[in-house]
Amino acid sequence: MMTASLNAYVIVSAVLFAIGFFGVLVRRNTLIVFMSLELMLIASTLALVAFSRVNGTMDGNVFVFFILTVAAAEVAVGLAIIVALFRRRHTVQIDQLDTLKN
Amino acid sequence: MAQFLFLLFAIFTVLCAVGVVVNKNAVNASICLILCLVGVAGLFVQLDAYLLAFVLLLVYAGAVAALFLFIVMLLDVQGKESFGLRGFRTIAGFVAFALLLAGIGSVALKGQIVSSPPVSVAEGAQLKLYAYQLFTTYLLPVQIIGFLLLISMLGVIVLSKKHEIAEDAK
Repeated sequence: MMTASLNAYVIVSAVLFAIGFFGVLVRRNTLIVFMSLELMLIASTLALVAFSRVNGTMDGNVFVFFILTVAAAEVAVGLAIIVALFRRRHTVQIDQLDTLKN
Repeated sequence: MAQFLFLLFAIFTVLCAVGVVVNKNAVNASICLILCLVGVAGLFVQLDAYLLAFVLLLVYAGAVAALFLFIVMLLDVQGKESFGLRGFRTIAGFVAFALLLAGIGSVALKGQIVSSPPVSVAEGAQLKLYAYQLFTTYLLPVQIIGFLLLISMLGVIVLSKKHEIAEDAK
């Protein structure tokens, strides 16, 4: 069924990664930075699946399985950290969280 | 037809990803994230990874994005966040974005990833093969992932407890 070339899938994945990277650098809300991180993870996942499909192996797909699991664990811990941070500092804006700076 | 579907899902996914980054409201951003995940799941289906598409929708769009929405509404920080375009970080963001896009462009225009015609059957996507791989080749990683999930669960419980001593010290 796969008719679009591998190039096309890799390009879509790279564009997604670039958008996520941009979001991580530019946004100030910690939650949205975290969402952009998830976007980058998903982009790498897409590239893995495309390469694995073209090569006809299972390894990439199984890797994606593990990536999804680790991402779920990561999101749970990260959001718990953000909630703890909010409880302590009453803000989630990145430019106000600069206690370590001086 | 398949080409059209690919284009549709690719454009949809990229637009929703832009929506995640650009939206001022965190609730809208997480809704865009869910839509973006749906688009990626559509791309997975076109790559014959049906199970992965299903798992992506179930785990990511179902659990992770719902968790995001829950936390956004719990913290109630929406509205006062600014999407200010100033400072070094923004410049760095644009430069990094431009560099990545240049890299993509060079791959797309000059480079040619050798794509041998894909293996004929959808051999790479059957549930039995997943199970076989997970229980033979990747048995140890599966165990480790199980421990990782346990550890993260405990970590979340510890993190979300209230620490009275620390509060007093402050």
